Amino acid sequence: MSISRRRFLGWLTTAGLSGSAFGKVAHAATTKHFEGYPESLGVLYDNTRCIGCRTCEAACNKVNDLPPPGRPFDDLSVLDNRRRTDAGKYMVINKYDRLAKVKDPLFARTGCNHCLEPACASSCFVRAYTKTESGAVTYDSSVCVGCRYCMIACPFNIPTFEYNKVLSPRVMKCTMCYDTRLVKGQLPGCVEACPTESFSFGKRKDLLKMARERIGRFPDRYVDHVYGESEMGGTSWLYLSGVPFRQIEMREDLGVTPAPALTSSALASVPMVVGTWPLLLMGIYAVSKRKEKIAKEEQEQAVAQVLAQAKAETDKKISEAWQKAAKDKDKAVEAAVKKALEAAAETQTEENY
Amino acid sequence: MSPETTTASRSFITPFNIVASMIVLLGLYLTLRRFTGGLGAVTNLSDNNAWGIWIGFDLLTGVALAAGGYVTAAAVYIFGMKKYHSALRPAVLTGFLGYALVVLALHYDVGRPWRLPYPFVVQQGTSSVLFEVGACVALYLTVLFLEFSPAALEWLGLKRARNLAVKFTLALVVFGIILSTLHQSSLGALFLIAPSKLHPLWYSSFIPVYFFVSSIIAGFSMVIFEATLSYRFFSSKMDEAHLKEKDDIALGFGKAASYVIAGYIAIQIMGIGADNDWHWLGTGYGLWYLVELLGFFGVSCLLYAVGAREKNVKLIRWTAAWTVLGVIVNRFNVSLIAFNWLLPSSDRYFPSWMEIGISVFLITLGLIAFRFIVSRMPILHELPEYKDSH
Repeated sequence: MSISRRRFLGWLTTAGLSGSAFGKVAHAATTKHFEGYPESLGVLYDNTRCIGCRTCEAACNKVNDLPPPGRPFDDLSVLDNRRRTDAGKYMVINKYDRLAKVKDPLFARTGCNHCLEPACASSCFVRAYTKTESGAVTYDSSVCVGCRYCMIACPFNIPTFEYNKVLSPRVMKCTMCYDTRLVKGQLPGCVEACPTESFSFGKRKDLLKMARERIGRFPDRYVDHVYGESEMGGTSWLYLSGVPFRQIEMREDLGVTPAPALTSSALASVPMVVGTWPLLLMGIYAVSKRKEKIAKEEQEQAVAQVLAQAKAETDKKISEAWQKAAKDKDKAVEAAVKKALEAAAETQTEENY
Repeated sequence: MSPETTTASRSFITPFNIVASMIVLLGLYLTLRRFTGGLGAVTNLSDNNAWGIWIGFDLLTGVALAAGGYVTAAAVYIFGMKKYHSALRPAVLTGFLGYALVVLALHYDVGRPWRLPYPFVVQQGTSSVLFEVGACVALYLTVLFLEFSPAALEWLGLKRARNLAVKFTLALVVFGIILSTLHQSSLGALFLIAPSKLHPLWYSSFIPVYFFVSSIIAGFSMVIFEATLSYRFFSSKMDEAHLKEKDDIALGFGKAASYVIAGYIAIQIMGIGADNDWHWLGTGYGLWYLVELLGFFGVSCLLYAVGAREKNVKLIRWTAAWTVLGVIVNRFNVSLIAFNWLLPSSDRYFPSWMEIGISVFLITLGLIAFRFIVSRMPILHELPEYKDSH
């Protein structure tokens, strides 16, 4: 069997590539901190400007060719129920009334936040997700297996699944209109459609500056926090709100650790297990083998000893028996001689008479 | 009267066969529905609850309960405990069938099962814990197949192939333990990425270690549990060595399990301390956590110890069943009950009868395969020509 040089080099490259793929995410033990692609884009949503007209939802539906809604987009009674993204909706607007200290209802947009280091991309075992340098997180249904681990992983509960499709179910989620509009230099559908400029599109770093300015200029109007600046390591979508975010059901307890860092140390232990386990296991194997060998040797030794002892004893007994026999023989001879002598002496005396 | 026909008809219409064939028919019907109507037609899965019992039970629990293979192989070949040798083949067979069923169940669960090889042949998502799980499960299924193959080859009378297969035993055992360490722990590591969804009492950075250690517990307990059932139903297939060693195995494995459970409880408590989750113990979920940790694992630890000390084999067998139940409860808690615990109850998941039906169907297939193999191949006995050749 011979391995061609080319094939061997091919293997080396594969090994190297998979190694570097590990390296890309294993930041946990370093001081590396990814702050997003420079100049990447994003959207700032300001809920103090939103009037809940659902124009953005209609535009999203249209530009992404989503299935027609059950009730028309101008039917605002839809807002009375709490909704989330589903296989027919990349984004939804929810209404929050009866909020403390606020007269008018407030709204909140729910949809993909396009994390700087996305949980979905990190969790996908076929790399169906890509964090593009534009900032958008895109999805490639042509490789997706449909395992839905991305839905488990997403801290914002955004990806959805076409459960009712038989042959080609896809994960459905906002792509910031990357393929359909961004690459052509157009604004995302929702941003373009909004009549109140609740959405601002631009470079993320400019949007952050803009958000800070608004808070600075109207401190009474906003909560002093830009949601998405640091949540889960930061997201490309940013949010301003008139009420604390938990009141509009945006979680404030997600922390600032990007999702890939949560699993990187577990993944980093894989090569360690592969490297150390054979040593450990073969070590234990060697010890138990050796113990077995020693036990066997000791047993053999003991048997040999017993045998030797037995032999010695037998030898002794035999020699004693021999000696005894010899003695007996001597005695018998002596006795016979004596008897013969006596007999001879007797005959002699008889003859002498 | 022809005695052959009467025995044939008598042997086929048994309670087991009747129930099993009914379940298989139902399973085939549900399979048809699943692959003609999509996941939505048979499951209660939703956008909030992407994983149901096909992951929580068939994958997570299935893999844990199939751990008997690597645990027994390690005991016999690595630690040199030859006296448990007769437990090896049944354990490897159960492991092999268990993993085969896990892979089969995944075909039901994923959206496009024909793409299951994609992560290996099309595009590798090496940053995903699921990639590691997939790779290890695929490799380990192969290892188990090879570890099992001597029994099949002996049955087929292929002596040379069998002797060749036996030569690789030690390498396969070591490789199998490495793979099991990796994927048993990674099944827990899957949930590391979702600290915001899993209840803090179950979420811990130690969760991979918890899953690995509890798989050893599950392995010991399944070997005892399964030996009990085998003795009950297949004692006619057992040779003298199996009958003689079975109590020794129960006592030895029960004692070992007791120690491992004690360690498991200790690291669970350390995890609670490390994350300072003590205050959660006073809540409803805390109570449920204590039921899992003390009511199942704590009681098992104690009863195994008592059983081993007093040489009470019956107690050990009941404890094994209780422990298996405890491992099932743990996997259900992590993947379903304590997962998405913050969602309002209307958004929570409960399996549909059809999901349960498919799971029962798959277990039944496993039992049928186990029975078929055990009745024919040298699993519970040794063939005279291969005696002492291990």
